[in-house]
Amino acid sequence: MLPPLAVVLFATAISLIFFWVPEDADDPAQRIFYFHVPIALTAYSCFGWGAWKALRLLWKRDERADLESYVAIHQGTIFGALTLVTGSLWAKATWGQWWLWSSRQLVLFLVLFLFYCAYFMLRFSVEPGPRRANLSAVYALFGVVLTPVSFLAIRLAEDFIHPTVFTRDGPQMTASMFTTFCVSLVAMLTLFATFYSIELAGKRIDMRIRELREALS
Amino acid sequence: MSEKYVAAAYLVVFVAVLGYVVIIGTKLTRLEATLAELVERVRARG
Repeated sequence: MLPPLAVVLFATAISLIFFWVPEDADDPAQRIFYFHVPIALTAYSCFGWGAWKALRLLWKRDERADLESYVAIHQGTIFGALTLVTGSLWAKATWGQWWLWSSRQLVLFLVLFLFYCAYFMLRFSVEPGPRRANLSAVYALFGVVLTPVSFLAIRLAEDFIHPTVFTRDGPQMTASMFTTFCVSLVAMLTLFATFYSIELAGKRIDMRIRELREALS
Repeated sequence: MSEKYVAAAYLVVFVAVLGYVVIIGTKLTRLEATLAELVERVRARG
């Protein structure tokens, strides 16, 4: 059900972005926004979901939550890398530079991304078992604190380099732009749900096969 | 000039999605092969 839905939503989003929504006269590269921001929001959602599963592991001792948390963070790191790459391309087109260290929004997102990259180093440096699950869960919970900081950084820092589209007065864009953005966001979240369920199923089958092989040997 | 950056951004996402699908597909093929091998081993044991 999820994969065909993701394909349909993606096709719709691409059609709206390139054939329906008007081009921004001030920024011809603004079309990157319709993928860049949904990808960033999906990355935040992945990290949030990973933290929720980590909390379930620590709170309810739900052993399945360890793998679920790991897969969500793995997906979040992929979406995070895509956020950095698409953002960098947009920056080059608009500001003439690939990266601006003076923008706290960018630097904080990079810190968040590197923090979650380190999650894998921690996880794979510990032998599989309850200790690894607990350490990974605590780390994932620490990481989620950085997510709202990264999201709100632009407002806290009064950084005018990175554009702010969503303000207290609502989205600063036309109805067609907002519709396209919403479709892209739903498409990206559906893509995450699809990849999450497929990767999780694959990892669970892999674990079962390993157990079966051990039982047979 | 900016068109090439827009195209590059969408291309990066497309390649990443495609790459992920290929990696997952390869892993599933490997799992199928391992599973078939285990089934054979169980059959051989009777």
